[in-house]
Amino acid sequence: MMTNLTLLILVPLLAAVAVAFCRNGEQAKWTAFIGSLCQLLLSGAMAFAYFAERKAGNTAQMLFTERHSWFSSLNIEYYVGVDGISVAMILLTAFVVFTGVLISWNVQTLSREFFFLLMLLGAGAYGFFISLDLFTLFFFLEVAVIPKFLLIAIWGSGKKEYSAMKLVLMLMAGSALVLIGMLSLYYYSDDGNGNRTFDMLKLAYQNIPLEVQLFAFPLMFTGFGIFTAMFPFHTWAPDGHSSAPTAASMFLAGISMKLGGYGCLRAATYLMPEAAQEYSWIIVLLATIAIIYGSFATLMQKDLKYINAYSSVSHCGFVLLGIGMLTKTAITGAVMQMVSHGVMTALFFGAIGMIYERTHTRQVEQLGGLLKTIPFLSTVYIIAGLCSLGLPGFSGFVAEMTVFMGSWQRPDTFNRICTILACASIVVTAVYILRAIGQAVMGPITNEHYSHLKDATWNERLASAALILAILAIGLAPFWLNNLITPDAQIIMENVARGGLIE
Amino acid sequence: MIGLSHMLIISTALFFIGVYGFLTRRNMITMLMAVELILNSVNINFIAFNKYLYPGKLEGVFFTVFIITIAAAEAAVAIAIIINLYRHYKSIDSEDADTMKF
Amino acid sequence: MPGPLYIALIPLLPLITFAIISLVGNRYFPKFTGILGTTSLAISATISLFTAWQYFFVEGSVNGVYQQIISFKYTWLEFSPNVSIDMGALLDPISVMMIVVVTFVSLMVHIYSLGYMKGEERFSTYYAFLSLFTFSMLGLVLSSNIFQIYIFWELVGVSSYLLIGFYFDKPSAVAASKKAFIVTRFADLGFLVGILLLAFHAETLDFQTLIQRLSTPGDYLNGIISASFLGVSALTWGLVLVFIGGAGKSAMFPLHVWLPDAMEGPTPVSALIHAATMVVAGVFLVARLFPIFAMSCPVALDIVACVGVFSSLFAAIIACTQTDIKRVLAYSTMSQIGYMMFALGVSEYGENGLGYMASMFHLFTHAMFKALLFLGAGAVIHYVHSNEMKDMGGLRKFMPITHITFLIACLAIAGIPPFAGFFSKEEILTAAFHSNKLIFGLAVTTAAITAFYMFRLYFSIFWKSEHHPHHGDDHHGEGPKTMLIPLLVLGLLSIVAGFAPFHHLVTSDGHPLHTEFHLLFAAGPVLLAIIAIIVAMVMYKKESALPGKISEGLKSIYQAAYRKFYIDEIYLFVTKGIIFNLIGRPSAWIDRNIVDGFMNMMATVTENFSDTIKPIQSGKLQLYAVWFFAGLMGMVLLFIYLWA
Repeated sequence: MMTNLTLLILVPLLAAVAVAFCRNGEQAKWTAFIGSLCQLLLSGAMAFAYFAERKAGNTAQMLFTERHSWFSSLNIEYYVGVDGISVAMILLTAFVVFTGVLISWNVQTLSREFFFLLMLLGAGAYGFFISLDLFTLFFFLEVAVIPKFLLIAIWGSGKKEYSAMKLVLMLMAGSALVLIGMLSLYYYSDDGNGNRTFDMLKLAYQNIPLEVQLFAFPLMFTGFGIFTAMFPFHTWAPDGHSSAPTAASMFLAGISMKLGGYGCLRAATYLMPEAAQEYSWIIVLLATIAIIYGSFATLMQKDLKYINAYSSVSHCGFVLLGIGMLTKTAITGAVMQMVSHGVMTALFFGAIGMIYERTHTRQVEQLGGLLKTIPFLSTVYIIAGLCSLGLPGFSGFVAEMTVFMGSWQRPDTFNRICTILACASIVVTAVYILRAIGQAVMGPITNEHYSHLKDATWNERLASAALILAILAIGLAPFWLNNLITPDAQIIMENVARGGLIE
Repeated sequence: MIGLSHMLIISTALFFIGVYGFLTRRNMITMLMAVELILNSVNINFIAFNKYLYPGKLEGVFFTVFIITIAAAEAAVAIAIIINLYRHYKSIDSEDADTMKF
Repeated sequence: MPGPLYIALIPLLPLITFAIISLVGNRYFPKFTGILGTTSLAISATISLFTAWQYFFVEGSVNGVYQQIISFKYTWLEFSPNVSIDMGALLDPISVMMIVVVTFVSLMVHIYSLGYMKGEERFSTYYAFLSLFTFSMLGLVLSSNIFQIYIFWELVGVSSYLLIGFYFDKPSAVAASKKAFIVTRFADLGFLVGILLLAFHAETLDFQTLIQRLSTPGDYLNGIISASFLGVSALTWGLVLVFIGGAGKSAMFPLHVWLPDAMEGPTPVSALIHAATMVVAGVFLVARLFPIFAMSCPVALDIVACVGVFSSLFAAIIACTQTDIKRVLAYSTMSQIGYMMFALGVSEYGENGLGYMASMFHLFTHAMFKALLFLGAGAVIHYVHSNEMKDMGGLRKFMPITHITFLIACLAIAGIPPFAGFFSKEEILTAAFHSNKLIFGLAVTTAAITAFYMFRLYFSIFWKSEHHPHHGDDHHGEGPKTMLIPLLVLGLLSIVAGFAPFHHLVTSDGHPLHTEFHLLFAAGPVLLAIIAIIVAMVMYKKESALPGKISEGLKSIYQAAYRKFYIDEIYLFVTKGIIFNLIGRPSAWIDRNIVDGFMNMMATVTENFSDTIKPIQSGKLQLYAVWFFAGLMGMVLLFIYLWA
């Protein structure tokens, strides 16, 4: 039963339906809580089953596969299965959805609809990460986009309509590019008998002509790149994140941006190895720009959420850098960075949301001395900050170092310089994180009103603890994640190496 | 001898008179009358073709009867709409009923 | 050879203490956390002493040569079968010496803080942070893997950050903690790139293998030397970059700016982190990689020597002009670490490794007397509630024990026999003398200046006039026993530590070193130091106009030194002026106006286009009909001509 992946889609969907039939907000949030708890347990059980299966010596590329014809004349299938990378992403999703529900405990307006959309988003994300059929993948990608519009436009703050519209339009443009790329792959996947396929495992070894790859790869990579805030298509991120309600920010930065990274890796790089090598330098260049420029742009931000949103641009640059570098270690690092950034940024946005709920401002210069009045929340914020600046013991360090180690294996000067620049960003990161911590959390109390704030409630404590636990689990014992991801990074690399440019 | 082409010339003339009327009149009743002219030009065509090309058959005549019926029904519906518009706008000028736009 | 596993307890005990205090202690037994931390550290210190005993006198040496023992090693993160980050413990003379120093000084500071920090609101947090620091520092010195040392390197950095910013409601403390972290982080960037470079060519991260591959001729060494960038070999780049990391942590010029500001932290913290242990991590790092420096890349070692001796003199000059007693001590720390650095820099590997031995020796003695100085200063500050010299004076009557121990420490740092500093300093000077006369000359000058400013400090605090706030009342100035015991213990050690047989125990290659003692050679610096002390006595023992006159006479130099040679201002200019205004602000502006502007422009263009064409949808029935008929005609014409 733990190996039935369809459950991962069904449980959130059922939870969504159940939420929709609830009579009031109170019921809705408990239903959502139970639903997300089930998802967490299910994902955990699935991960354990995965480990057990691997330990037992199962070397199939994908485990727990399931296959049903969906639209047979076009060979579209419902085809799901997981490898280590997907397992990591599924665990991430489960954690973020679970904590997202907990953090949204105080949503008053239309809370039933809120939790309904949250569950729907979860279903989309799970479906995306387990899909092995390009079309199904695309389908779930779309499922995970639309609810965001509503979440931001209805429950958001600030210029929410503008942000919601911008975010959804840009993401939609991204998925349109993905669609074109996907269709061109499909049309050239002919095996000689007129059978075309969307099956990724087949497509990867189909020897798609180079010209087609060179055309489809940029479309697909840019399309997914928009999701993961690739420079210069990252501008939806700051506005979107800062206008979104807390749980939606967590979801956006924690999972949605990872949909893009996962897609870049699984759908673009894996399926089109030659093109991936051809375009490697462009990806590396764009990623380096995103890393450096994102961190410098962060320096000037005054709003806690903007700080974190821009730093997300910088951090997701590491994901793209790892993918672009095309070495096994770098790709492992990229996946680690996805997981790590997902958990870390969820914690970060969660902490910001909880602080905002109390102080009603996110402007750094208006905050101050919170460590004295709300020590728990402030500590959470500091921990998230320290994780973000790559402190050993937390997940960020492991992921970044793996990316650096992997990138350094490319010995030519261009890649070296990009790697060093990327390394340099850890200093800038330290500057903006410590500035934010120093001004907002430490220092004297700046506002009389702050001395009467109430510290975290049980749900907030539980959510923070869960995320911190995940961060520590990766940061203190990275070997399990490494063992989970490396074999599959190896498979992707072997396929890329078929391209022949890289030994 | 009056041939098919004469009939067609008449019906074409009638058609364009109808189109002209439809495009230039602002009064909706007049526009409705113009539509009737267009329909009648079609009727003439049907009858003419039936008579000159397939004298032994009756399809053309049937169609004409059919169109006349439809036209009557259409006129009833159109006048109902026009009356409703009149109640709303206190006019039957087609320029005034322009809320259906972007 | 596998070593004993109980070594793991030494760093783990403080870690467990940290976890207990921060998870439950903080909330349920805050008063008790001090005792808990101290006890666990006492156990840890005992184990370290036992380890040192075992290592140095029982099983560490084979045929008189000290071995490197891997006590345990676990793979933490594997990049490829050969390259992995391992967590382990490497025992060799320097790491064993360091665990003793770290646990011992930390224990003293723990005991001292029981009195010093009593009644603090965040007392338990303080002990949690202290434990965290001790854990990280122990992990650092025991590292068996170059990435492991980087991990703990960052962790000591963050513990230092947390402790400097302990009084977080003081903006100056927050700023200082930030500065300390960022400056060292910047240096760590060099360290990181250096690690990547060295590890890439040596194809390993393990210290023993790395050192073996890069210090003995072979494919690896040839590979790294032949790879070059900008005309300098990759090996030199790597070592210099690693040294930059060390220089940042050890407050070497020009990365020293954070150290004086770090004195915003509680004084015991300054004693532990910013005097005895963390700041010598850079020295330790160079010593750890010493075989590579010495045998493969003398150029890098020369750089170490130059930076060391320059920082040493530079800091000594500044120390003469500072009025905040903790800042004087901070600059003196920087100066003494400079001593250790250039001692390494002038040393060679093996038989001529006197400098290496002397450097480690000085590290050891310095830890004792500098911790003592800081703790003494802490006691003074505890009493007068000020850091400024002008608020002190005549304290010898009120704080006799503090006075005596402080005097011992001053004599030790000034290099007066038979106090600890004399022996180590003498070895360093000998090593310098045999290597480079210029460095020797600067070192002797520095030694004299050191004696001068230390006694300026001493006389200003304990003699001079008596106008401190408690003057006249019979308030007894000494702190509680918990504060006095560490002072006495460290005072005792500052006297006897110099007799430790370092040349037998701690040498670059494990072989005992033969040293000779020349009375005449030793006499010179001592004489100079005594003269400097007398000068200080004349100037500062009584209230006199002399210091004022001298500073007036050397106005420009005095001002420059008082303002720390404007290094802070330069940094401020670079960060605020260049990085913030010339890079940060434009990036943010470009992002909002050009990159995002482009996206918004696309939206605007679409909207305008729609605005242009939407009047077609006018709502006028007859206009539609015109379009309809026009379209119909068009299609008819099209059909006619297509079919024709």
